[in-house]
Amino acid sequence: MDEKQQERSSHMKYLEGMEQIESDILEKVITAREKYRPGNYTSEDVRNGLNAEERTIEDFAALLSPAAEPFLEEMAQKAKEETEKHFGNSIYLFTPIYISNYCENHCVYCGFNCHNLIHRMKLNPEEIEKEMKAVAETGLEEILILTGESWKQSDVTYIGEACKIARKYFKMVGIEVYPMNSEDYRYLRNCGADYVTVFQETYDADRYEMLHLAGHKRIFPYRFHAQERALMGGMRGVAFAALLGLSDFRKDAFATGLHAYYIQRKYPYAEISFSCPRLRPITSLEREGTAAIWEPEETVKERQLLQIMCAYRLFLPFAGMTISTRERAGFRDHVIGMAATKISAGVSTGIGSHSEEVEKQGDDQFEIADNRNVIEVIAAIKEQGLQPVMNDYVYV
Amino acid sequence: MMKSEREILQDDRFMLGGREFHSRFILGSGKYNVELIKAAIEQAGAEIITLAVRRANSEGEGNILDFIPEGTMLLPNTSGARNAEEAVRIARLSRELGCGNFVKVEIMRDSKYLLPDNVETVKATEVLTKEGFAVLPYMFPDLNTARDLVQAGAAAVMPLAAPIGSNKGLAAKEFIQILIHEIDLPIIVDAGIGRPSQACEVMEMGAAAVMANTAIATAGDIPRMALAFGKAVAAGREAYLSGLGRVRENGGEASSPLTGFLRD
Repeated sequence: MDEKQQERSSHMKYLEGMEQIESDILEKVITAREKYRPGNYTSEDVRNGLNAEERTIEDFAALLSPAAEPFLEEMAQKAKEETEKHFGNSIYLFTPIYISNYCENHCVYCGFNCHNLIHRMKLNPEEIEKEMKAVAETGLEEILILTGESWKQSDVTYIGEACKIARKYFKMVGIEVYPMNSEDYRYLRNCGADYVTVFQETYDADRYEMLHLAGHKRIFPYRFHAQERALMGGMRGVAFAALLGLSDFRKDAFATGLHAYYIQRKYPYAEISFSCPRLRPITSLEREGTAAIWEPEETVKERQLLQIMCAYRLFLPFAGMTISTRERAGFRDHVIGMAATKISAGVSTGIGSHSEEVEKQGDDQFEIADNRNVIEVIAAIKEQGLQPVMNDYVYV
Repeated sequence: MMKSEREILQDDRFMLGGREFHSRFILGSGKYNVELIKAAIEQAGAEIITLAVRRANSEGEGNILDFIPEGTMLLPNTSGARNAEEAVRIARLSRELGCGNFVKVEIMRDSKYLLPDNVETVKATEVLTKEGFAVLPYMFPDLNTARDLVQAGAAAVMPLAAPIGSNKGLAAKEFIQILIHEIDLPIIVDAGIGRPSQACEVMEMGAAAVMANTAIATAGDIPRMALAFGKAVAAGREAYLSGLGRVRENGGEASSPLTGFLRD
């Protein structure tokens, strides 16, 4: 451990006010990730994994390994079969809405990080309502509310108010905000939230420590247990992701799959889904010159991203999977129905950009590669012979 | 060098309620006679024999305790119970009788098919685990019930394969397979198994143990059938541990590749 690391606070120690729950899932996932050697698998292991009716953790490990790369076409065929079996022709649509970009964390790869001199902004309830109304007018019925991770600027009550407004305009409300205690999740559930997305970013605890220099987010286990606390708080579903490319992407994908697997076993009623973001141009490095701290050693190629998505699908065929606008339209259009089940449309990662009536504009978190609006995305879904679905849920 | 059957049994421990067993064949208690018990232990290697408490509680002729040799674990069951309350009383009675802390909970509200009542079984399991019993609940193979049994503290889950005593085999195969995949406790397949090949198949699927009674008790040659069951269970276990080979599919290649769109 270098001197700078020693000076920083421990990333494994809970801060005051952070709820600790009893769970062995972190240990199981981290131990398995450490033991996983992607290079040790053979084509025979991959064939066995492909042909298994019920795939084991070992099959999943083989499907994520370099040995599976020559089998990508077969993986895609099998993944498509599984997706059709579990989801039929349906592709779900949603859009994210950023209501605040204040952040108290220092994550070296993120555009919102607290040291970046970006234009900070937070919408008030009237502005949130205008934004949501504008989104609802596009025909979407599902919304994902996002904030930067500031406990002060976007406290639980503020997020709760946004959920209440969202409930008026949408049938399904997701939140992607900072991890919180189970009672806070319960409060947001009662305000109308249905599911919680938390990206662990990387399951490599040492790398995590290096990339998350300050803020609540620095506490690795508190973030890890967020999905479990959300379910304890009554949320209907939880979503998992590693930001692929921050550490060994195969090992991180393996850990992400296992995290979801163990949560589903412990909370069998929970709706499980994956997001599959890979690291894209790092805004904070460009803007602030923090590249000196860290530079990614390996970029995840399109075919590797597809391999991961197919491996998720084959391991947990019932899980939802969202494809991000970080990816180009040509990629997104082909992975829906094959592995992905949900796609965003009309996306902006800035603040106050859906409604012309909202004058405020805060800076974006990351660059998007697919700017198509809802009508265009619906057309693309139909072009693939799939059925766009706005909602299949009733809030009770 | 290939291991002998005895070596296979020696190496592969089977933990149940904190105790270690080597045999994965359990003799049920429905149809008892001296010859059957002798054959199950000597020919099939059984280490666990279930015992209907209602039949053990007899002072006269036919107390089956008289037939059980030392070194064999008696697994008392609550057969005859129609609800959780009765099952709990029978379990307590078995402990009073010196049968230890293991109990197989059997609750039937149906006298025609003798199908287990899952709801009452969960209730009885909750009560008995709190009292320190190692509870082995006999159940209809339902995933939600199995999860409830895990929560209730059961030591294993014992799904039926077919109606008890029917010899109809793996009628509930798909549902037993789901339990094996999803439940972290040992799955002991109980009831309905009629042939050694069915016992073998369910062990190949990953069951922890098989329980049978009628299939052996009604065979033409009891010791020989017991031997066949012992071998079938061991063979199925060995196949499971070695990993079954894949089945090559005959389907053709898709005409248009799905991955042609990739750029890098």
